[in-house]
Amino acid sequence: MPASINRRNVVGVNAETVTNVSSTDFPGHWPGEDHSWNIKHFRRTFKVKFCRNTPLLSQFDLIHTDAAIANTLRRIMIAEVPTLAIESVYVSNNTSIIQDEVLAHRLGLIPLRGDKDALKGLSWYLRGEDPTPHEPTDEDTIVLHLKKTCERNPDAKKTDTNPDKLYTNHHVYASDLVFEPAGCQIKSFGHDPVRAANPDILIAKLRPGQEIDLTMHCIKGIGQDHAKFSPVATASYRLLPDIRIKKPIRGKAADRFAACFPKGVIAVRERKDGEKEAVVDNVRNDTVSREVLRHDEFKGMVELGRVRDHFIFLVESTGQLDADEIFLSAVGTLKAKTINLKRDIYKMLRKQALDAKRARRAENPDAGEEGDAMDTQ
Amino acid sequence: MPVGDSFDELLRTYYKGKHLADSISTAEDKWTLLPMFLKVKGLVKQHIDSFNYFIDVDLKKIVKANERVLSDADPQFFLRYLDIRVGTPERLDIESNAEITPNECRLRDLTYAAPIFVDVEYSRGKQVVRKRAVNIGRLPIMLRSNKCVLSGKGEMDMARLNECPLDPGGYFVVNGTEKVILVQEQLSKNRIIVENDAKKGVVQASVTSSTHERKSKTYIISKKGCIYLRHNSIVDDMPIVLVLKAMGIQSDHEILLLVAGTDMVYQDTFSINFEESSKLKVFSQQQALEYLGARVRKQRFIGPMKQRTTVQEALQCLADIVLAHVYVENLNFRPKAMYLAFMTRRVVMAMTDPSLVDDRDYVGNKRLELAGQLLSLLFEDLFKKFNSDMKLNIDKVLKKPNRTEEFDASTLLYTGANLITQGMNRAISTGNWSLKRFKMERAGVTHVLSRLSYISALGMMTRISSQFEKTRKVSGPRALQPSQFGLLCPSDTPEGEACGLVKNLALMTHITTDDEEEPIKKLVFALGAEDATILTGHELYAPGAYIIFINGTLHGLTRFPMKFLRSFRRLRRNGKISEFISIYVNHHHNGVHIATDGGRICRPLIIVENGRSKVTPRYLKSLAAGRTVFEDFLKKGLVEYVDCNEENDAYIAVYEQEITESTTHLEIEPFTLLGAVAGLIPYPHHNQSPRNTYQCAMGKQAIGAIAYNQFLRIDTLLYLMVYPQQPMVKTRTIELIQYDKLPAGQSAIVAVMSYSGYDIEDALVLNKASLDRGFGRCQVFRKYSTILRKYQNGAADRIGDIKRELSKDPENPDELVPIRKHVALQADGLAAVGEKISAGEVYVNKQTPVNTSNAPTLLSDGPPLDEFKDAPMTYKLHDHAYIDKVLVSTSESEQTLIKVLTRQTRRPELGDKFSSRHGQKGVCGIIARQEDMPFSDTGIIPDIIMNPHGFPSRMTVGKMIELLAGKAGVLSGKLQYGTAFGGSKVDDMAKILVDNGFSYSGKDFVTSGITGESLEAYIFFGPIYYQKLKHMVQDKMHSRARGPRAILTRQPTEGRSRDGGLRLGEMERDCLIAYGASQLLLERLMLSSDVHEIDLCEMCGLMGHSNWCTTCQSSKGVVKMKIPYAAKLLIQELLSMNVLARIRLEDVFPYGEK
Repeated sequence: MPASINRRNVVGVNAETVTNVSSTDFPGHWPGEDHSWNIKHFRRTFKVKFCRNTPLLSQFDLIHTDAAIANTLRRIMIAEVPTLAIESVYVSNNTSIIQDEVLAHRLGLIPLRGDKDALKGLSWYLRGEDPTPHEPTDEDTIVLHLKKTCERNPDAKKTDTNPDKLYTNHHVYASDLVFEPAGCQIKSFGHDPVRAANPDILIAKLRPGQEIDLTMHCIKGIGQDHAKFSPVATASYRLLPDIRIKKPIRGKAADRFAACFPKGVIAVRERKDGEKEAVVDNVRNDTVSREVLRHDEFKGMVELGRVRDHFIFLVESTGQLDADEIFLSAVGTLKAKTINLKRDIYKMLRKQALDAKRARRAENPDAGEEGDAMDTQ
Repeated sequence: MPVGDSFDELLRTYYKGKHLADSISTAEDKWTLLPMFLKVKGLVKQHIDSFNYFIDVDLKKIVKANERVLSDADPQFFLRYLDIRVGTPERLDIESNAEITPNECRLRDLTYAAPIFVDVEYSRGKQVVRKRAVNIGRLPIMLRSNKCVLSGKGEMDMARLNECPLDPGGYFVVNGTEKVILVQEQLSKNRIIVENDAKKGVVQASVTSSTHERKSKTYIISKKGCIYLRHNSIVDDMPIVLVLKAMGIQSDHEILLLVAGTDMVYQDTFSINFEESSKLKVFSQQQALEYLGARVRKQRFIGPMKQRTTVQEALQCLADIVLAHVYVENLNFRPKAMYLAFMTRRVVMAMTDPSLVDDRDYVGNKRLELAGQLLSLLFEDLFKKFNSDMKLNIDKVLKKPNRTEEFDASTLLYTGANLITQGMNRAISTGNWSLKRFKMERAGVTHVLSRLSYISALGMMTRISSQFEKTRKVSGPRALQPSQFGLLCPSDTPEGEACGLVKNLALMTHITTDDEEEPIKKLVFALGAEDATILTGHELYAPGAYIIFINGTLHGLTRFPMKFLRSFRRLRRNGKISEFISIYVNHHHNGVHIATDGGRICRPLIIVENGRSKVTPRYLKSLAAGRTVFEDFLKKGLVEYVDCNEENDAYIAVYEQEITESTTHLEIEPFTLLGAVAGLIPYPHHNQSPRNTYQCAMGKQAIGAIAYNQFLRIDTLLYLMVYPQQPMVKTRTIELIQYDKLPAGQSAIVAVMSYSGYDIEDALVLNKASLDRGFGRCQVFRKYSTILRKYQNGAADRIGDIKRELSKDPENPDELVPIRKHVALQADGLAAVGEKISAGEVYVNKQTPVNTSNAPTLLSDGPPLDEFKDAPMTYKLHDHAYIDKVLVSTSESEQTLIKVLTRQTRRPELGDKFSSRHGQKGVCGIIARQEDMPFSDTGIIPDIIMNPHGFPSRMTVGKMIELLAGKAGVLSGKLQYGTAFGGSKVDDMAKILVDNGFSYSGKDFVTSGITGESLEAYIFFGPIYYQKLKHMVQDKMHSRARGPRAILTRQPTEGRSRDGGLRLGEMERDCLIAYGASQLLLERLMLSSDVHEIDLCEMCGLMGHSNWCTTCQSSKGVVKMKIPYAAKLLIQELLSMNVLARIRLEDVFPYGEK
């Protein structure tokens, strides 16, 4: 890998500053070089590599693309990939010590899961204006129920002080949410009903005589509106670290050098003459702690950097969508957005041209030249 | 166990991971004495101790001193109090005998009080009757005192009583409100204070004598080199020689010796005084008494008093009034004369050497007056009044020559009971302490316990208020005194006018209560001292001789002061005498002072002998094992209490390694010099000191959890945080005061960087997603209460029905639905719990009878009793709330009490105030979206972005270290400590960071969330504990276009609560005048305010009406003009005072002139 890195693409990691942060591969920056956008070039160089991919977590590299693109994907994953979450809570009875608003807030934050296709097929719930509120339908709203009453355990010994033995139903968990399918939902969610992604989230604690009885309406929403709709716990990227050893580091210094980095970043190899030498092994493991820059003995011997167009993404899902799906969905959203943008730009340009033409005609029906001159000014 | 089970757990946590077999070093573990100390003493033990002392000792003393009630009418009659006791708190309503709990009193607006019982003996005719347990009134009981139902209760019992086990107690519940009697700071009583007034050239020694009967102040002053005695009860200043002669020291030589000793300089300074008395031709005691008696101010006596001669007058004055605390027995004036002579000597000494004056602000010269002392003053006053009232009643009865039945005095005891009950209640609930005996009138003694946060309640219990005037601009009493060290917190004081006058106790302090003087007097002689009163000045002031003072009064003389001191201290360390008795040497005036009086602040220190700490690992081990408690350390003489004066005799090492040969004591822990509130600050020793002071003020405004029983309380205003967290960086103090169990704040991930322009001037950028997830979410509870009154004529308030109207719903038009104002109401006329309530809606549909004054008779045509008018309780705030609780109960006066608690849940918004624990407050400037915020390599997005400009000028390095320690704590999964003068070390924190792959500096590589590019600098990034303060935009936001006006002036009303206008003040007006914007001024000050059109008569200059001048009886010169209504009002008000104001009109730009 190191050999292939273009030095221009390295962000300088110094003791107190970060340099060369912005990319330079745009037309006109480097004299005599053509950096204009080229789809063929992009296709040839751009790479996506998955390192880990589990339903809840995926780690992948985006190589040879601009920070703007990587960041857009990250932003969309956080804020614009739609998910289902509890939006309205109708409290029939709540005699627990946790107040209605707080309970509703807690419920809203519980990640839900269910049949993915059915969820995808769910349409947006539009609230409507106040006098004519939109009635929820089976196409846009999922109804959940929660009903739990705490009671004393008749079998408990009198001497017991442990609440787990004294009472029954004294913990309300996310697994207690009950899905009530309506209409077409009965079929579509038949195999995979809507439920909490993590069943052991504690919602409330109860004591004998206390009861919680609620109905919840879940709708589709995006993270921009409320964090509960965000499909990711975190979606972020970091740049691939780059370590360049300028002068060979040998002997005991090699071990000390390796100790400045996390395990596996620097390997200490034995040379033919029996002396140890530090070589870069796996830069991915580096956390860019800059520890090595604190040591005077390595001054000038090492140059730290990060590869500007190598993004190591980490996407953690909250459980509704698989982590890789979130990424794909984000790509899809981006694509839709660019198409929209393109269409709107065309529209705008066409309108501009039309307006200009009309203006020219209206202003000066005989001599169109002057109007043109004005425009260009 | 005062605080209950919780302390056991607390003690256990300290030994987590440390087994009994592990090594214990005194240097590191001696601080474990501190939790043991607090376990015994508690945080507000001073209040509780003082109250217990009042109940157990003082009350009995007061009754003993006033035990007899005699009658003028019948010399045979007597009534004698044998004993007094206070019962346990009980309820007044008889239906139930269940124990009354403090929380029930709070909820039902009752007084938490216990009956006072006396045993009496009195004569009934010829017999002597004894009665036991006669109730003479009710005494409010301090929570957690011996008489309180909470005393000695564990955590489980407390929960059963709906009480918080962490609540410190020490306050009273009077009429449902929690009242604290603040600790009062005063100059010590019965001690000589020498002062120098440089301006007037006056040196004076003064003593405030305080006995049960009398309070008086005696001065010895020097005027033009002569020394006089000045006292309120004597008309003129008396030459001191004359007074001493009046006290029976007739020989000039003896006087000279008693005052000046053999010192030639003092003798020279003093001898001038003999001249004056000889000028007055006073040579003998008789002459002196006659001279003095003629100048004694006559007191007005109540009742017949036999005439006395001037000599008797003078003797009485000298014996009882001047220096009242030095008792004169059988007219033996010797002790008092010697006291006076010593006072004079102090003045003479100060005249020759001005440095020998006392410092009024020195903590050793101060005494703290606590709840017990104040209550005992009040009780004695009330008890005396009670007895004198009873005497008058007895006289009245016994005067009658023929009585049908034998007079029984005990009936009078019952009838007077209300006097004491009412007197106590009124004093505590209003805070006005008015004592007739001492002509004392003190306001603001009690305060409502602030329940804004746990810390504010705790801070209030340790607060000390000074008697000093707030308005005077002197720095002395406000300045930080070096003698405060370890006794009063150096950080915790308010800013502004009360700065330095209101103080707080340090963590490990004790305030003494009175100890018996008599045994100490005997002990002094037993230790080889000579009786001072039989000695002459020659011996008294001989070189090497030290006078022994007990509570400021001359008592003995010793020639071996150090030996005396050592043996006295040995006795104290062995527990033979009370541990709170202090002894110290003053080498300036060769005195050994012994203090047994109450109100001294003292603190425990480890005793060091022969260069070795007496607390060794062996003792600490047994402490850890629970075999010994703090008291054992006192008994074994390992630890002792040292007050401020004795501290001056000690050489105290802070750390064990600093002990030298001459060290006498070792500090238990240096961080105890801070108080409970300042103890919350992590790394306070790295901060600029005013920042710690700011935090002390702000910690009290932080929203958090206030008590375990917070949801069972109904407070007027209660702020609670939804998800409070304990701080990542704790301090030992936090654990000791259990702030970690009732925290007020949340750990926020903070990035110190600039972001947008909305973070200038300390504004913070908050992450929207964090707010969505519950950061800074808080609840506001408000109480609204009303009473259903019963009226004299039998009518009573009632709760009305819901009003209904036809539904507007087109689908079922016949349905009756409640009118809009009544939607929240249930069938009982009260709002339903859980219901949303908005402005204008009714929550208690109260109705009052139209006729409340007179009972209707057949003939009168007044309104009938069953006619009612609506008097509903309407919700007035703009923002809606939810009904949290409704309480229906009865108050003490059997009237129905209704309390409604409303609840609002708020998420932080623009303008809400936040603060870290380092006096760094800021408002939310913008709420940024999560995806726009910067993120670190690990994907962490900050909750708060703080502008780095907050650091350089504030120099709150502690905050930076808190971030480092917090970050290290998060990474290692441990809580870190930021204890003052200790805590986790920065080097260790850096090591943890590096081991976890972070930079040692706490600065992270961060990427911008907007551009996606890396930031060009590393960002200081990590958790800091942030507090949400009670100042929220929602409570303050206000604007108005048009609105209500004041009736009198017709100007817009003032203030948000009245929907008032925003004032264009004088300074703004000045700006507009200077700028010349006259039309704008006209509009702002008149047209938009109180413009009023008047009819003015140009001929007479007076106002008319309807185009008619009533003065001129014409409409000829009447013109209309606009003036402010206030101006019109002024003219008319002047008119009503016979001042005629005429308005003359002129053209500014007259016609026809050029």
